[in-house]
Amino acid sequence: MPQKQELTLPSKIESIEEAAQKAEQFARGLGFGDDFISAIDLAVRESVTNAVKHGNKFDTAKAVEVSFSGSGDALEVTVRDFGTGFTVADVPDPTDPENLLKVSGRGILFMRSFMDEIEWSNPEGGGLLVKMLKKQ
Amino acid sequence: MSDITIAERQAGDVTILDLTGKVTIGEGSVALRNTIRRLLGEGKNKILMNLAGVGYIDSSGIGELVSSFTAVNKEGGTLKLLKLTQKIQDLLAITKLLTVFDVFDDEAEALASFE
Repeated sequence: MPQKQELTLPSKIESIEEAAQKAEQFARGLGFGDDFISAIDLAVRESVTNAVKHGNKFDTAKAVEVSFSGSGDALEVTVRDFGTGFTVADVPDPTDPENLLKVSGRGILFMRSFMDEIEWSNPEGGGLLVKMLKKQ
Repeated sequence: MSDITIAERQAGDVTILDLTGKVTIGEGSVALRNTIRRLLGEGKNKILMNLAGVGYIDSSGIGELVSSFTAVNKEGGTLKLLKLTQKIQDLLAITKLLTVFDVFDDEAEALASFE
């Protein structure tokens, strides 16, 4: 039977760990194994990091909304911030030789690498919503 | 309590850093940055970073490894990596950073490569 959990977190570093722990509990509750959970964990950490840091810019007046939903064969994660949004296509490819030694810019690559589907949208009310799906 | 512990050992003129814990956004990354800065300030610019005890690293932590690498290079030194976990190896492969870092599984071999 499908299950769902929603979290509303403040825009601070500690929220990253909290979201990751809740994701792990949720995934374990659905019976997923370590490799699956490891992928979810990384994607949640990177997406919540982006929401806190780049989206809400650590503005504690702005929340990060996270949801997990799934059944035994797939798990969907959504992460929404209330920042000004961004265009994913504008993010430089971190594996391009000229970007290899840049300090940041690898989070989206990790999210794409470890999840099966990922899409970004600009929901009503502003901000950015990322929706990610991992299949068993 | 910090997410990371960084222990230092000296082998000739090579400083070995044994990292244990998480290298993630926040304390883990800052602790690593501060350690590298201090070593460079002390003139220690041959650094071998042992990652065997690093259970978790995120994109910020990977960025900190890159930052450490470029900071050491800028001072005319060398930073190499020792004993990557499978997870870290996967992340360095995805980011194509395995082409940037010198990576070793054996400490003696790594130390010999500095000579």
